[in-house]
Amino acid sequence: MVAILPELRRPARLEGDRSHRARRLGLVLALVLVAVTLASLGWGASGTSLTRAVSDLAAGRALAVQDRVVLMDIRLPRALMGIFVGASLAVSGAVMQGLFRNPLADPGIVGVSSGASLGAIVAIVLGSALPAGIAGFLGWYLVPVAAFCGGWITTILLYRIATRRGRTSVATMLLAGIALGAIMGAVSGILVFRASDSELRDLTFWGLGSLAGANWPKLAAAVPIMALALVFAPWLARGLNALALGEAAAGHVGIRVQRVKNLAILTVAGATGAAVAVSGGIGFVGIVVPHLLRLASGPDHRYLLVNAALLGAVMLLIADMVSRTIIAPAELPIGIVTAIMGGPFFLWILLRNRGVLDL
Amino acid sequence: MSLIAAGIHVSLGRKEILHGVSVEARAGEITAIVGPNGSGKTTLMRCLTGELACRGRITLDGRDLAAMPPEEQARRRGVLPQAAALSFPFTVAEVVRIGLEARGERADGLVPAALAAVDLPGFSGRLYQELSGGEQQRVQLARVLAQVWQPVDAEGPRWLLLDEPVSSLDIAHQLTVMRLAADYARRGGGVVAVMHDLNLTALFARHLILMSGGRVLRQGRPDQVLTDETLSLAYGCRLRVNTAPESGIWVLPHAAA
Repeated sequence: MVAILPELRRPARLEGDRSHRARRLGLVLALVLVAVTLASLGWGASGTSLTRAVSDLAAGRALAVQDRVVLMDIRLPRALMGIFVGASLAVSGAVMQGLFRNPLADPGIVGVSSGASLGAIVAIVLGSALPAGIAGFLGWYLVPVAAFCGGWITTILLYRIATRRGRTSVATMLLAGIALGAIMGAVSGILVFRASDSELRDLTFWGLGSLAGANWPKLAAAVPIMALALVFAPWLARGLNALALGEAAAGHVGIRVQRVKNLAILTVAGATGAAVAVSGGIGFVGIVVPHLLRLASGPDHRYLLVNAALLGAVMLLIADMVSRTIIAPAELPIGIVTAIMGGPFFLWILLRNRGVLDL
Repeated sequence: MSLIAAGIHVSLGRKEILHGVSVEARAGEITAIVGPNGSGKTTLMRCLTGELACRGRITLDGRDLAAMPPEEQARRRGVLPQAAALSFPFTVAEVVRIGLEARGERADGLVPAALAAVDLPGFSGRLYQELSGGEQQRVQLARVLAQVWQPVDAEGPRWLLLDEPVSSLDIAHQLTVMRLAADYARRGGGVVAVMHDLNLTALFARHLILMSGGRVLRQGRPDQVLTDETLSLAYGCRLRVNTAPESGIWVLPHAAA
């Protein structure tokens, strides 16, 4: 009886298999996201408190007008925007790193965000020149869709330039990103000159990177694109895992490489484009989040992509709380917060990988 | 059951690399592709794996390779690449699993067995990037092995296509890998390997394809291909082929030109 007991025990876990750790991490991150979302709803410049609102609702009383406006029209859309933008930026980073087989690829660094910005600026400045019918039809969608197109074209250009005979050169990718970023920046600059005063105001607010403009119509326009990209991303996981072996080897294990690459580019463009369109230049989320997760539970994209969405949302909500309280009642653009946290982190990754990455 | 290439032409840019190559490899034995640098060995291998588009026809056990979907190809044959740098910090276990998981199969039970087969027992928790070149090459072989673990399945033989499988291995592990390949073939699988070491080739391969200048100079049994004149012609240096009673054929270079 005793002798067969060991046989009944579950077989020992495979050493080097980190999937259980990654799953547990995902669960923890989901709980943290719930907590941070509640904190974000309850925390702000006005005196509205979430507990008071909840106790009002529980007691069957209608919310005070001010509480309702603050919660439903300001904090809730802003929190949702933070969640979707953070998740989109982190997932774009992870997908792009998988596609380029390089932990330094990030939509912000290699110019995809600049491309998306250019698309958005074109829409803001030239949108008024569109026939009223078309502009009316596109409505709030005009800027996100234009940003998506800008990001998409940039990603394709970048991949074409940096990849030769199935191999992606890191140096070429980074340098091409700088060049493309400069060109996009210049074209954006020319458009800014053409802009009217009110358009200029829109551009300035938007370019600093902020969730302050979050409202329901903007959400309704951008969230479908981001949600589609986020739902799509996990389907790429096996393909991106195999791509880590190189394009040829990925084909040998049965991956349709070209299809994975096309979908990855669309995902990056969709998520980055929509996020940039509604929140401007928020940097470094796409590089910090996947890197931390790889350290914690390994690079398996089946878990990395899901966990990146969760951690990206958590980090952006925290950064947003910092941005709107640190110099309250004024607000620090969130792009500045993420850059102050992310810039040094990026340098740290660079130093750690100096020997490994053949730059 | 065989892997057949018929009339293969490959051009990269304006230069033709393979000029009408026709070869056959049979399941149940090791076929070695040998020849000097730049003779087209790896290009031929990349055609056989389906990686490189080429003019001509390649059939795997009677089926047109170009018409086989990638998932199907992956079930029929595993491919060991020449070099494999990995961009992210995967553990050895995670690398070995990738091949099977790419088409949605679980492989946890196979990982320790595949690692034991390439003499890396207990390595499954190590980080791939921290291994030596020879160890990485053997991890890649374990991955390929896990992908086509049974040499024969209901649909027929499966194939190992190995591009220089022993290039960065010490002599003991060269033998480990070649014995593993020979065992795979003995159990009914097919093995095609690009080789540089003629003596190791003579020891293990039953069918040789000697390439030179993008053409097949000769193919056949080791004693038909490994002759003084043929080798000296192919490699452009004086080589002497000897036979020893126990070990069979061995090739000796001349010190003087």
